[in-house]
Amino acid sequence: MNKFTEDDLKKELETKEYEYGFYTDIEADKFPIGLNEEVVIAISKKKNEPDWMTEWRLEAFRVWKEMEEPDWANVNYEKPKFQDISYYSAPIQKKQLDSLDQVDPELLKTFEKLGISIDEQKRLSNVAVDIVIDSVSVATTFKKTLNEKGILFMPISDAIQEHPELVKKYLGTIVPTSDNFYAALNSAVFSDGSFCYIPKGVTCPMELSTYFRINEGGTGQFERTLVIADEGSFVSYLEGCTAPARDENQLHAAVVELIALDDAEIKYSTVQNWYPGDAEGKGGVYNFVTKRGLCEKNAKISWTQVETGSAVTWKYPSCVLKGDNSVGEFYSIAVTNNYQQADTGTKMIHLGKNTKSTIISKGISAGHSQNSYRGLVHVGARAKNARNFSQCDSLLMGNLCGAHTFPYIEAKNKTAQIEHEATTSKIGEDQLFYCNQRGINTEKAIALIVNGFGKEVLNKLPMEFAVEAQKLLEISLEGSVG
Amino acid sequence: MLEVKNLHASINDKEILRGINLSIKPGEVHAIMGPNGSGKSTLSAVIAGKDEYEVTKGSVILNGEDLADLAPEDRAHKGIFLSFQYPVEIPGVTVTNFIKTAINETRKAKGLEDLPAKDMLKLIREKADLLEIDRKFLSRSLNQGFSGGEKKRNEIFQMAMLEPKLAILDETDSGLDIDALKIVANGVNKLKSKDNAVIVITHYQRLLDYIVPDFVHVLHNGKIVKSGGKELAFELEEKGYDWLK
Repeated sequence: MNKFTEDDLKKELETKEYEYGFYTDIEADKFPIGLNEEVVIAISKKKNEPDWMTEWRLEAFRVWKEMEEPDWANVNYEKPKFQDISYYSAPIQKKQLDSLDQVDPELLKTFEKLGISIDEQKRLSNVAVDIVIDSVSVATTFKKTLNEKGILFMPISDAIQEHPELVKKYLGTIVPTSDNFYAALNSAVFSDGSFCYIPKGVTCPMELSTYFRINEGGTGQFERTLVIADEGSFVSYLEGCTAPARDENQLHAAVVELIALDDAEIKYSTVQNWYPGDAEGKGGVYNFVTKRGLCEKNAKISWTQVETGSAVTWKYPSCVLKGDNSVGEFYSIAVTNNYQQADTGTKMIHLGKNTKSTIISKGISAGHSQNSYRGLVHVGARAKNARNFSQCDSLLMGNLCGAHTFPYIEAKNKTAQIEHEATTSKIGEDQLFYCNQRGINTEKAIALIVNGFGKEVLNKLPMEFAVEAQKLLEISLEGSVG
Repeated sequence: MLEVKNLHASINDKEILRGINLSIKPGEVHAIMGPNGSGKSTLSAVIAGKDEYEVTKGSVILNGEDLADLAPEDRAHKGIFLSFQYPVEIPGVTVTNFIKTAINETRKAKGLEDLPAKDMLKLIREKADLLEIDRKFLSRSLNQGFSGGEKKRNEIFQMAMLEPKLAILDETDSGLDIDALKIVANGVNKLKSKDNAVIVITHYQRLLDYIVPDFVHVLHNGKIVKSGGKELAFELEEKGYDWLK
C-alpha cells in the first residue's frame, strides 16, 4: 500500500553517500610512518620552532610513552597502531603566499567542494576563516580587518614565531601535556591549528572560523587550538570538520584550550562531520578530542556542538569555573547512525562562588549505533551557591541502536543546587503517519521531528552554522527509521 | 467524489472492515455512527492510507483514481484530510512550522514553488481568526501540553489551511466541552463548500446538532447496516444501537 516501506528506507540510507568523501590530489610533504623522539624533533624543526617548544614537545612525548590508551568509554574499536601513522603531512606550496590568487588551484577546488568559496565569504559574510588541511593551516582570511582591532587570528605555528610570550604563557595550562593519552600525543606531534587572542575590552566584530580537513591517507591529524579572551572581551568561534571517505580508520586527536579572563566571554561552536565510515562500519575517523576552557571572574564559556560524523567519538568539552560568578554552558546534539559510536558529554568543574552551569545534551541514535552521554558536575568545597542544570534527552530510531546516559555528580559544598533531567523517546509510527497524512513524506517528517528535538541546541548556533547543521542532521538521518 | 466499494481490510490478519460501500458527492456531509469497535476509526485510517492495515478486497476511489498504490502523503496531496481522534505531539516543532511544511510539501508535489513567507503569514492569520485561535498558540510546540479542545481546534486549523477536498473528522467531538464543540463545528461549517465533502465519524448525535449531515450511516461489525437522512441520528440517540444488530 505504501510506496516507502521501512526496508526501502533502510536501503536508501545505506546507499546514501558521504557528501564530503572526495580526495584532492595535492602534492604532499609527508613523513614516513612511526613515532619516536627523532620524529618529534623533526616536526619541531620543520616548523622552525624555538628550543623551548621542541623541549615542550619532547616532554609530552616522554609522558605519552608511559601512558596507556583509556578504555573506560562505552565504545569498541580496534586500537590505532600508533607506529603505523605518519605524523606530518602538509600540502606542498612553493613559497610564502601573499594572496589567494597564488594558492594551488587544486586546493581552491577543495575549498569550493567544502562549500567555502573564500572570495564569496570575504564579500558576503562576516566570517574570518582559517583552513587546516591535513596538518597545516593553508589560508587565513580577514587578517587585516582583525589586525585593526588588535585581534590575533593565525595558525598556531605562526603564533609560536610571532607571539611566543602569549603561547608560552598559556599553552598547556588548561590541558596539561599529561592530562590524558591523546592530549599527550597531540602535545608531542601537533603540527598546526589556530591561535586567537582578543585584547582587553574588544568585542570581535565577526565570527572566527577554522575549517579542518584530513586529506592524505594514513595520516593522523593533530591540531591544537588556543583561544585567549582577555579581560572584558568577547569572541564567537566556529569550527567545521570533514574528511575523505577511506577504508582505513583515520585518527584525529585534537586539543582545544580556551581561556576567558575576567568578564570575558567565549562562544565556541563545532559542526563535526568527519567521515563516519560506511554502512557496514568500515573506515571512518576516530575522533579523540580534548577540549577545555577556563573561566576567570564573571567570565563565560559556551560550548555548542553538532556531532554527526566520525566512526568513534570520544570528546568532553569542559569548563573549569574557577572565578566567582563565572558561567559554563554545554549544548550538544550528537547523532549516530549505522555502526557509529559516540561517547560524549562535558565536565563542569565549579570552583568559584556563585558559579553556574547549564548542560543540554541531545543524543539521536539510528541504525546499529551506540550513543552515550557522559557528564560530570563537580562542585568544590569553596564553591558556595554553585548551580547546575542538566538535561539529557535521547531519541531512538528503530530497535537496533542504543542510547546511554552516565551522569556523575560530586558535590563538596552543601549550598550546591544540582538538577538533572533525562528523557528517552522514540520516533513513533504514529508521529510519522500523522506527518504523512498532512502531506509530509517520511524523510521530511524525520528531519522535522529531529530538528524539533534538537531545537534548543540549534538555536545556540550562529546563523551561518545553524542552516548547515540542520542540513547535516537531515543528511545523516535520512531514511533511518526501521 | 469518493467511492468506497466492497472494502475489506484487516490488521494482523484480523478482519475489521467486511465489505463497506459508500458514495460521497461534492458538497455532501456524511455522518458515520456506530458503537465502539464497529470499525469507524479503521475506515478513516484505511482511506487515509495507514500502513498497518491491509486492504484484502475492494477499493477506495477518489475522483476516479484508485488509491490502492498511493502512500498517505500522496493521498493528502490529492486532497484527503484526516482530523485525528488522538493528534500526536511533536516537541520543538511549532504549529506554524508544521503547517508551513505541510503546505509547502503539498505544493511541491503539485510542482509549485514554496508559498512566499508573506503570503503564508497572511493565510495563517486569516485562518486563525476564522477559528478564533490566539496568535500565541501558533508558536507553541505541536500538540504538546494542549488541552483536548486545543488539539481538536488545531486539527481544524490545519484543515482550514490545507483546504482538502475530502475531510474526515474522526471523533472530533470526543474530549470537547460544549463551547469548544461549538467553535470546532462552527469552523467546519465555515469551511464547507459545494466543492468539498465531509465525513463526520462520531459516537454521539451531539456533534450532528452543529454539523448537520445529509446522510447518516450506521456501522456495525465492519459493515454499514443502515443508512438514512439526519433523522436517523435522532433515532439512534433515542433507541441506541442494539435494535440494528
